[in-house]
Amino acid sequence: MASVVLSEAEKVYIVHGIQEDLRVDGRGCEDYRCIEVETDVVSNTSGSARVKLGHTDILVGVKAEMGTPKLENPNEGYLEFFVDCSANATPEFEGRGGEELATEIVNTLYRIFSNESTIDVKSLCINPREHCWVLYVDVLLLECGGNLFDAISIAVKAALFNTRIPKVRVLEDEEGSKEIELSDDPYDCIRLNVENVPCIITLSKIGCRHVVDATLQEEACSLASLLLSVTSRGTLTCMKKLGNGSLDPESIFEMMETGKRVGKMLHTSLQKILDKEESLGTTRQKVGFLG
Amino acid sequence: MAAIEIRLPVARKLVVQSLAQGSDKHLVAPGDTITTDTGYMRGHGTYMGDEKLVASVAGAVERVNKLICVKALKTRYNGEVGDIVVGRVTEVQQKRWKVETNARLDSVLLLSSMNLPGGELRRRSAEDELAMRDYLQEGDLISAEVQAVFSDGAVSLHTRSLKYGKLGQGVLVQVSPSLVKRQKTHFHDLPCGASVILGNNGFIWIYPTPEQKDEEAGGFVTNLEPVSLHDREVISRLRNCILALVAQKLMLYDTSIVYCYEASLPHQIKDVLKPEVMQEIVLETRQRLLELEG
Repeated sequence: MASVVLSEAEKVYIVHGIQEDLRVDGRGCEDYRCIEVETDVVSNTSGSARVKLGHTDILVGVKAEMGTPKLENPNEGYLEFFVDCSANATPEFEGRGGEELATEIVNTLYRIFSNESTIDVKSLCINPREHCWVLYVDVLLLECGGNLFDAISIAVKAALFNTRIPKVRVLEDEEGSKEIELSDDPYDCIRLNVENVPCIITLSKIGCRHVVDATLQEEACSLASLLLSVTSRGTLTCMKKLGNGSLDPESIFEMMETGKRVGKMLHTSLQKILDKEESLGTTRQKVGFLG
Repeated sequence: MAAIEIRLPVARKLVVQSLAQGSDKHLVAPGDTITTDTGYMRGHGTYMGDEKLVASVAGAVERVNKLICVKALKTRYNGEVGDIVVGRVTEVQQKRWKVETNARLDSVLLLSSMNLPGGELRRRSAEDELAMRDYLQEGDLISAEVQAVFSDGAVSLHTRSLKYGKLGQGVLVQVSPSLVKRQKTHFHDLPCGASVILGNNGFIWIYPTPEQKDEEAGGFVTNLEPVSLHDREVISRLRNCILALVAQKLMLYDTSIVYCYEASLPHQIKDVLKPEVMQEIVLETRQRLLELEG
């Protein structure tokens, strides 16, 4: 993970500030930095989203392709995740440096999406045991400014919301062989229901308190953090501990409560902005990367 | 309970040039012709190509009599003798420390250029060399002055005065070196209640004003006592104001920082980083600075 080196005095200053609920940039312990979300930035994908959270910049692209269902779930489609830590973010990611972090993120994403209520994978099935939609979700880390997991989960949810999968019809021939027909209208497509897609909230323990949305400097001061995946209803679906330090069971309960509270607010804001963007329709001026 | 703000991105608007003071600067990009007149001497940031003077960096053209040079808008720090810099120690080597100052090469702080506790002057012994790590470790921040510049561009620092040395509690802000205005002094005690060191290399250190000036310490004893909440608010607000000035590309010096601080007082500290609030504050600062000049 990209990290900064801090002097002892700087760390002490940050820790004492958090005790008094005043972080270095004036935020409280439960405040997020300003988030910018834009969908449909990459034209040759089925869905894409770009999220900027302070100095963290994430780009997610979703491609829907036809594939064979897995043997253990013949009536369902599935999702494949891939994370690329670009060397743009930090020189440490050059070559194979970013692989460890990428594997960690991919495993977390698989764990979150392994829950069957997250995405309705049965709707991705075309022909049981023969054809199904496979959603390849590619995450690109453009800039690392702390709090990667949160930004990635917001971007993945926004990209899945934006994904448009073409409608297909299965035609049976006289001999019994099946043909798949793609509809002629390019706007005739199915959308995914992302209501139950959870968002990751990372809570970093600094001193005696925990903070949401830690910057790189704050991450350098925290010994342990808790990664929670929270749905829009406030249900905790997955929990993971990161870092070398230890966590008191009491503080874990407190962090879970904070995570659920913050998670519900994050989902409401995200859904509001996605609906607002959708309502602007095709007249929306796309900012993209050169804005 | 604060709501989490998510917004749609807004395309950047061109900064209105009508508020710019003085004559229009001649801005060039790499490859642009500056002049076809061969009577000029070429300075930094230019090269001769095809009978004409071409710019090699993106910046503003500066002309002093017959010398033409291009001053780049965004570069790494180029050291000059006498500059004040704030740097972070990256390595502890045999008789020197390597300090990162946002330059092309790490700067060097020799053991003999470091002032000893108590301000004593003596030859550095082997014990001093072994105890180097007790003075400065990897990650420590120091304020120093540039003593010399080596031929490869690396900078040699010294902390031979008691006002330089290891820095204690505070906040570091990293900006582009070209945004820090050259002034007589770079150590400022701002009227709002905090002190600031504007390093020429773009590292700006904001720290609580020490109550009494303890001259004997010279920066070796770090004060790790908790800073009061009021001082913290001032420091956080200053940090956000400096980031707002940098985002709108305004030169950083004590007056502009103080005006920006005063303009930001009606807003909450964390709101200062919102794009619309930033524009409003910096516009007000710009107007006040123009009034001051004109």
